[in-house]
Amino acid sequence: MNALWEFLSFSDPNIRYVAFGSVLLTASSAIVGSFTFLNKKSLVGDAIAHAVLPGICLGFLLAGNKNPIALIVGAFVTGWISLVLVEYITTKTRIKEDTAIGLILSVFFGIGILMLTVIQKSGNASQSGLDHFLFGKAASLVGSDLVTFSIVAVILLVMVLALFKEFSLLAFDKDYARSIGLPVKGIELVLTSLIVLAVVIGIQAVGVVLMAAILITPAAAARFWTDKITVMFFLASVFGAISGLSGAFISYTAPSMPTGPWIVIVISTIAFISFFFAPTRGVIGRYIRQAKIRKTINDENVLKILYQLGEENKNFFIPRLVDEIIRKRFYEKQALISILKRLTRQGYIERTRNLWGLTEEGKNRAQRVVKIHRLWELYLTTYMHIAPDHVHEDADTIEHLLTPELEERLEKILGYPKVDPHQSKIPYREDVDTKL
Amino acid sequence: MNTALEIHDLTVAFDRKPVLWNIDLTIPQGKLVGIVGPNGAGKSTLIKAAMGILPLSSGYVKLYDQPLEHVRERVSYVPQRESVDWDFPASVMDVVLMGRYAKLGLFKRPRKADKDVAMDCLKKVGMEGFINRQISQLSGGQQQRTFLARALAQQADLYFMDEPFAGVDAATEKAIVTLLREMTNQNKTVIVVHHDLQSVSQYFDWIVMLNTRLVASGPTETTFTSENLEATYGGKLTLLTDVADLMRREDYPSREENVFKP
Repeated sequence: MNALWEFLSFSDPNIRYVAFGSVLLTASSAIVGSFTFLNKKSLVGDAIAHAVLPGICLGFLLAGNKNPIALIVGAFVTGWISLVLVEYITTKTRIKEDTAIGLILSVFFGIGILMLTVIQKSGNASQSGLDHFLFGKAASLVGSDLVTFSIVAVILLVMVLALFKEFSLLAFDKDYARSIGLPVKGIELVLTSLIVLAVVIGIQAVGVVLMAAILITPAAAARFWTDKITVMFFLASVFGAISGLSGAFISYTAPSMPTGPWIVIVISTIAFISFFFAPTRGVIGRYIRQAKIRKTINDENVLKILYQLGEENKNFFIPRLVDEIIRKRFYEKQALISILKRLTRQGYIERTRNLWGLTEEGKNRAQRVVKIHRLWELYLTTYMHIAPDHVHEDADTIEHLLTPELEERLEKILGYPKVDPHQSKIPYREDVDTKL
Repeated sequence: MNTALEIHDLTVAFDRKPVLWNIDLTIPQGKLVGIVGPNGAGKSTLIKAAMGILPLSSGYVKLYDQPLEHVRERVSYVPQRESVDWDFPASVMDVVLMGRYAKLGLFKRPRKADKDVAMDCLKKVGMEGFINRQISQLSGGQQQRTFLARALAQQADLYFMDEPFAGVDAATEKAIVTLLREMTNQNKTVIVVHHDLQSVSQYFDWIVMLNTRLVASGPTETTFTSENLEATYGGKLTLLTDVADLMRREDYPSREENVFKP
């Protein structure tokens, strides 16, 4: 706990550097990565991430030390070459993009590992720490390196902000962008460069192997919470920043621990939480909605049965035994009783000892369901020419679903008919459906 | 009468396989034009090639007697509704504002005035009640009208529309046709890829009949005849298809002069 407080107080300037650096790098990678996500090019990010490794080694070999600018330039060059090759292979041969990406990714990464091993065996003293680029080490983000990486991160953010509307349009509708004369090729070139740059600086914190996670996962998680593109980008950057900060903390308290895996664990946890708990798009939200729908269908079906029993006796308010309902339509006795109890709580049914009867409101709700059911049967037979003996199942679902507006349109189209295809009377309510 | 669109000896190939052969046609200004033909006839390809979205294997396209680059701001395009992923995080207003991007230019944000234009266009297509709706929550007809509003926001003179009636209910279709009619009355030209042969005579002044080659192009009254329909939808030119397939398999260039190009 003490370590956490010490870290969060930011009293040590080194901690400040590392924390600030990691947040900036992961947040900017997440923002640029959101466009990779929207463009459905998630795999491309992974290819670039792996392809920068030989570039880093090359930069090191040419500069003779870990000069950040040499490493960035080297990484940028091989990152780009990998993309050009993927593009070339997909357009000039009949190999599909996923195969091309797989090929390029493994070839470049293999070469990178080979070069890294050669450098490590060469006995060059300044090479120590080069392997941090494999799995990331946030704690090494200090001094002049931090300045360089921060400048690149700021450039990324400014460019994304400046070209936000163009990038979004390209992701949504590229043909249209071409049709209005946008320089599509040029804009794509800029975006790709930004992605390569984001990878180049992001690997400092996350490492090449896991870089794709910080590009794609924040965007994927953010998408669960919102339908607004600006909010999505904001959330993605916040998620990225949180994971970056936690990575920095781990790197500070356990220096031997690689940062990348921790960042990935944190961001994946955020993604899983989003996946399950996001209000409308999340799995649990969907499940709850479905359960509600099932409840409504069950409730309305029971009310409908009581209404139909009432039709037979010309009196809707006769209290009934549970068995009478089950005779009309089979239910588990206990399940039916719990539905009846729920309807009683809601005021649609009144209970007198073991007898259950509709209230005025219950009768009205059931009447609406029956009315829609019969109208829909009529609609199917007259407008879609479906045989009258085939329309019942369809109407059974539609009767619970229709909104009041659609209900009104249906009545108007059919001209407020009196009976359904089976000659059952369509029960309008005098007080509400008065436009007869 | 002034010419809105002139296409000369146009050939378009996908992966070396020609899908449109030597198209020659001119379309006068102020007409409501229908393009009809069977599936795979190259209807969408024709308007995409005219809009510069696809590369031409041969020939040229002139709009208002000028190359596309000179008159691009006078031309607008409505893609097929299925060509985009509607689950994109955007609202109806966001999409319609895209119609203003060409006028805005790079780097600039839509201004208040652009939103006014977008709002006007949404009113024209009867979508003013949906400005903040997420686009995946729209019905097919509403998505189509959103695309239409985006094209209108460009305030162009020539409109290419790829199946604007697909997935649209009858009432909406009628409303859209009325709107297009108003536009042509203001001497704008509207070119529509269309599927329903029943409504051709009722909707269009001019008809282009296509089946990988041009069968006919002219005023609907004189051109939309049973002989032309027979030629468009009847007997498939299997020899032509086989030659095209051969060109793809053998990686053959579609024009000899291309041989010397890299």
